Amino acid sequence: MAELTKELSQVKGDKPAVSGKDVRVHPNPDPPGKAPLDVPTGTPTVIVDDLHIVYRVYGAASDAEKGNAVNALTRILRRQGRPQMKEVHAVKGVTFVAYHGDAIGIVGRNGSGKSTLLRAIAGLLPPHKGAVYTDGQPSLLGVNAALMRELTGERNIVLGCYAMGMTPAEVKEKYQEIVDFSGIDEFVQLPMSTYSSGMGARLRFAISSAKTHDVLLIDEALATGDREFRKKSEERIRQIRESAGTVFLVAHDLRVIEQTCNRVIWLHKGKIKMDGDPKEVIAAYNKG
Amino acid sequence: MSQPESAVADAQAGGRSGQEPLAKLAKRYGLRRAIARPRFPVYLRQLWQRRHFILTYATSRNVTKYSNSALGQLWQVLTPLLNAAIYYVMFGLILGGKGDIVNYPAFLLTGMFVFTYTQRTVTAGAKSISGNLSMIRALHFPRASLPLAYTIQELQQLAISMGVLFVIVVATGEWPTWFWLMIPVVLGLQTMFNIGAGLVVARLGAQMRDLNQLLPFITRTWLYASGVFFSIQEKVVESAEMPQWVANVMYLNPAASYIEWMREILIGTYRPEFGHHPPPMVWMSCVFWAVFALGFGFWYFWRAEERYGRG
Repeated sequence: MAELTKELSQVKGDKPAVSGKDVRVHPNPDPPGKAPLDVPTGTPTVIVDDLHIVYRVYGAASDAEKGNAVNALTRILRRQGRPQMKEVHAVKGVTFVAYHGDAIGIVGRNGSGKSTLLRAIAGLLPPHKGAVYTDGQPSLLGVNAALMRELTGERNIVLGCYAMGMTPAEVKEKYQEIVDFSGIDEFVQLPMSTYSSGMGARLRFAISSAKTHDVLLIDEALATGDREFRKKSEERIRQIRESAGTVFLVAHDLRVIEQTCNRVIWLHKGKIKMDGDPKEVIAAYNKG
Repeated sequence: MSQPESAVADAQAGGRSGQEPLAKLAKRYGLRRAIARPRFPVYLRQLWQRRHFILTYATSRNVTKYSNSALGQLWQVLTPLLNAAIYYVMFGLILGGKGDIVNYPAFLLTGMFVFTYTQRTVTAGAKSISGNLSMIRALHFPRASLPLAYTIQELQQLAISMGVLFVIVVATGEWPTWFWLMIPVVLGLQTMFNIGAGLVVARLGAQMRDLNQLLPFITRTWLYASGVFFSIQEKVVESAEMPQWVANVMYLNPAASYIEWMREILIGTYRPEFGHHPPPMVWMSCVFWAVFALGFGFWYFWRAEERYGRG
């Protein structure tokens, strides 16, 4: 893997920040002990091949043009389309291979392309260039967008489960488990708009993690809830890793990444700056 | 090394020229491209598998829709009723749109409720993709689920409106006849048309952001062209002295067709034996629009499946 990573980055003409020797993938962050879980079985589950993602952003108009009808009209008459449309090159040629059993943390500053990369792996953003190959359907952990604040927790659980593609039988089976895990008890009968932010976050996490996935992508999900729930959710992530093939985790809390991941990718301005053992990458990330 | 030699060997065997080995590696392990539009039959099957989501989503939206207004679901009925009242005063009493129509209130209300169903579906459909971008960017499902759910939401609300319509029509002196058994057929055909139209405007609305601003004008023009508060034959041919084909074209527009057929069913004096001559081939127009819109709508929407949610 180390050789592979190194070669690939050289092919791209992208010098890794650290010499080849340091850029390594450790299958086992914690020696012996709980080894079985962390050993990748060697089947690639996600292959990202020289991926470029270009976003189109609207509404980035200068103050002079904004909301001015005359300008809009002249623009249409001159057939200029949208001058406010800007292209953002969010991911610039990322290449890596993820294996079954990997838990990969992705670190990087705001705007370095972490979330965009996850969405591309999930197949929600079409690549501008390059390709993402996956085994099965990677899913983002998170059903927040499908839930409705005015609905009761009960109805939201059902809605969320269906939104993730469960069958009625599965929903029935998981329902109690979700309520128990979220720990919101009798609040499940009340609209979600009455929940505290912590309770809402707990319910959302409980719903989203109820489904087993081949490839799971987690974007900043662990940073919510009280300490007890955080422990619970970390445990749940570990379980998901057991059943899922591969887990990707984006978080700003480096401690969480160090604890849950066996490999870390450091993204910088849309490119991979470093890829390898969590401790080394995070140490380098903290320095740089 | 973490993974067996085979994987590394695979990658190296394909040479070191960048893309090729990885594409090969992917092929060897049966990995597929993350973004690929399924074939049309597969797409329809996936959509069918999502029927529980579509239904639950539609119901949930209905539950929350009027959650912050005091009269709640009543607005579903009140809005077309208030509209009908305004049109009754304006066109029926002041401008004389009533003409020779015997039971004008029933005529007007039938037109209003039937038209409102299509109008609301189209308006909602146009926002179904552009208003749910965060969901589209986070979850996997056939995107046609959204416009479908919006249509089903309107269908669920139609049940209430139809109940009110029947009560009022009976109150104006019409009595249920065997013809009324045809009502579900008309509504079924209209629903097919609405689903198709919803899918088409959903794609248009996703690609043209200005469509939502334009739609009120389009639907209002459509309302006037569909003879909701006047008889097309009487006003266009007899009063305005336009050629007959203009009226025929207006009658063949989907909204007018469904309205006319519904009036023939509901209103006793709106049938040939009472001197009213129904426009030719209304029912054929109804069937044609239903089948055509449904087929074309799904196909047209599916063609852009992988592009929704981008930019």
